[in-house]
Amino acid sequence: MAAQRNLILFAGVALLFILTGYFQSWNLSLNILNLALLSCIMAIGVNIQWGYAGLFSTGIVGSVALGGLAVVLVSSKPVPDGWAAGGPRIFGALVFAGLVIALAVWLYRQLKPGSTRSLALAAYLVVAFFIYRSILDAGVIATEANNPAQAGNIGGLGLNSLFAWPVGALLAAAGAWVIGKIALGLREDYLAIATLGIAEIIVTVMRNEDWLDRGVKNLTGMPRPWPVPLEIDLQVNPAFLEPVASLGLDPVTASTILVKLLYAGMFGLILLLLVWGCERALNSPWGRTVRAIRDNEISSAAMGKDVKFRHLQIFIIGSAVVGLAGAMMTSMEGQLTPSSYLPLRFTFLIWVMVIVGGSGNNWGSILGGLLIGWLYLAVEFLGPQAMDIVTSGMPAGWLKDHLQDSAAQMRLLSLGVVLLVVLRFAPKGLIPEK
Amino acid sequence: MDTLNALVAFLNFIVIPGLAYGSQLALGALGLTLIFSVLRFSNFAHGDTMAFGTAFVILFTWWFQSMGITAGPLPTALLALPFGILATIAMMLATDRVVYRFYRNQKAKPIIVVIVSTGVMFVMNGLVRMIIGTQEINFGDGARMWLSPQDFKTWTGLAEPLAIKGTAAISVMAALICCALLFWFLQKTRTGKSMRAYSDNEDLALLSGINPERVVMITWIIAGALACIAGTLYGLDKSYRGIVYFSLLMPMFAAAIVGGLGSPVGAIVGSFIVAFSELIVTSAWKKILGYLAPPDWLGDGLYQALSTDYKVAVSFGILIIVLLFRPQGIFGGK
Repeated sequence: MAAQRNLILFAGVALLFILTGYFQSWNLSLNILNLALLSCIMAIGVNIQWGYAGLFSTGIVGSVALGGLAVVLVSSKPVPDGWAAGGPRIFGALVFAGLVIALAVWLYRQLKPGSTRSLALAAYLVVAFFIYRSILDAGVIATEANNPAQAGNIGGLGLNSLFAWPVGALLAAAGAWVIGKIALGLREDYLAIATLGIAEIIVTVMRNEDWLDRGVKNLTGMPRPWPVPLEIDLQVNPAFLEPVASLGLDPVTASTILVKLLYAGMFGLILLLLVWGCERALNSPWGRTVRAIRDNEISSAAMGKDVKFRHLQIFIIGSAVVGLAGAMMTSMEGQLTPSSYLPLRFTFLIWVMVIVGGSGNNWGSILGGLLIGWLYLAVEFLGPQAMDIVTSGMPAGWLKDHLQDSAAQMRLLSLGVVLLVVLRFAPKGLIPEK
Repeated sequence: MDTLNALVAFLNFIVIPGLAYGSQLALGALGLTLIFSVLRFSNFAHGDTMAFGTAFVILFTWWFQSMGITAGPLPTALLALPFGILATIAMMLATDRVVYRFYRNQKAKPIIVVIVSTGVMFVMNGLVRMIIGTQEINFGDGARMWLSPQDFKTWTGLAEPLAIKGTAAISVMAALICCALLFWFLQKTRTGKSMRAYSDNEDLALLSGINPERVVMITWIIAGALACIAGTLYGLDKSYRGIVYFSLLMPMFAAAIVGGLGSPVGAIVGSFIVAFSELIVTSAWKKILGYLAPPDWLGDGLYQALSTDYKVAVSFGILIIVLLFRPQGIFGGK
């Protein structure tokens, strides 16, 4: 019965995509599908944190951005001059900062508690910070002065962007380790507040540090991941043109659709692998421990389970999955635009997906990801149309103009209302946890 | 060496902006901390509540201006403020009735209510965008400077000017008045005492006949009024953009947690700690140091620890230090 209901739900979402393809264009429909699949992977990551362990993080956008940064570092084309100008110096400054912090932690543990220790450590960190800046700044200036119109960054390794995906997951995991170490084990709101801050800092760094990723100048022209060809290569490739011509299709449209289908296949495959792994993990002793901790921390602690360690572990795993999706997204788009990392789009939208789909259920997250992902992007063409119908009977005037202009802003309002309604009337979501 | 000029520059670039910004933060953080101590959740919608209230203040300001009503040397927005406060309070009470009350009766876990408050944040943000748009709005009028830099220079003969913006002075005074009223209310009145009792021990308060719904209602009214005032002052001081209020959440949370979440005095102290740290870390000290050290000592640097883009990193850093070493805050909140 439940299985039948779920099938109907998925079929309904599939119908939405088919209708979009039929009435708008297949390119648009596939585009939305690819972004929705990526959102599904992010939703799986959030579901691991929230659904399995009850951790509320508001820093999803930070993990997504770190994933994107991994693509830049691994697969963007090398800039030998930029690296030679300041790269080693910048790298040295970062290593220095790491050593300083490690030493500070070590000293903190070694020294006797008291105000002397606090003052001494504070003074040490301030001095170290200025030394760090004096090492870093010269390198940054040198790198950014190198051909600022086209480069100005240290460049990447120029590898295939497929390699960047696991690196994105690792970067996000490292970020999660730091923040989890600090904020887990306190009141649960503190994790939400701390992650909000760290995400904002990550995005600010990516927007401002031109040496790293060209900042708001955006980094474009990154290579495609391995099996996906460029559309223009396809359009001159006889092996592609002949079958297309025999089917009577337009080669330009066919090539863009083929590329998008390839991405959809890759993303879908990874999504299925992840779900398979998650389902296995949930039904293992590990999964039962985690759910027991979520449902009652005190009794699990009494049973000898290390609550804080499990929380940290899950927080890291969930963030890594989100980072993976972030890397996949940047490598699909072939460019990094730091200003597009908005918390509303990448943190709260994903939350809506997980909660609408059904927290704790992987299939629910996928359904939520596809449905809300479709809705979010479809509102772009549906919203103004709907507003046109609503205002069609109105006389022309400022109210009509105002309403039509505000149609573009409907998105947030409707997302908020959907979230509140689902939380109130169907807190278990569309596909409840078993 | 020119200590006097250095002092004036210090006042001009650090002390006055810090007092103004700290006052604005304090009004916001007070609301956060009150909601936390009575309703027991971190309200993520607070930044957007500020934006919502300010949007209404702007609408009323425009209306007054179109009728030719102004406040003379003061910004017209001050006349519009009471109406904005009423609109915000109405919104708060409506939100509580439609959204939060259900979870309170259910005794839902605080984290669920936090998620609910992000939903409210979405709705408020959407409403603000629909009502007033996302563009930058400058709605200040009246006398811009209470102490103009030119006058100060001619009076004192110093090379370094000192300016006091009207909005900065109004922010500090408004914060003083609001805090005095709030503490009088909490300490002296019956309702205020019942609020404190309810926040200290819910069960005991219920037992002594305090009506919880009334306490909650008054909390929302106070928090809404403070949020609207804070938002308006911030908007007057820095020009208004509905979408930047979301990023005020981080400094406000940091301020409330530094002081001790749930402690009103802590929220005020915390706000000034956050505001001054932000300014000290992100200001360029070259000018001030230039008066104190021989000119050839300084070189080309700006003497700025972090660029102003990293303001959020400062409040985050403070938050991290507190969470690591004193999670209950300076004044020991909950």
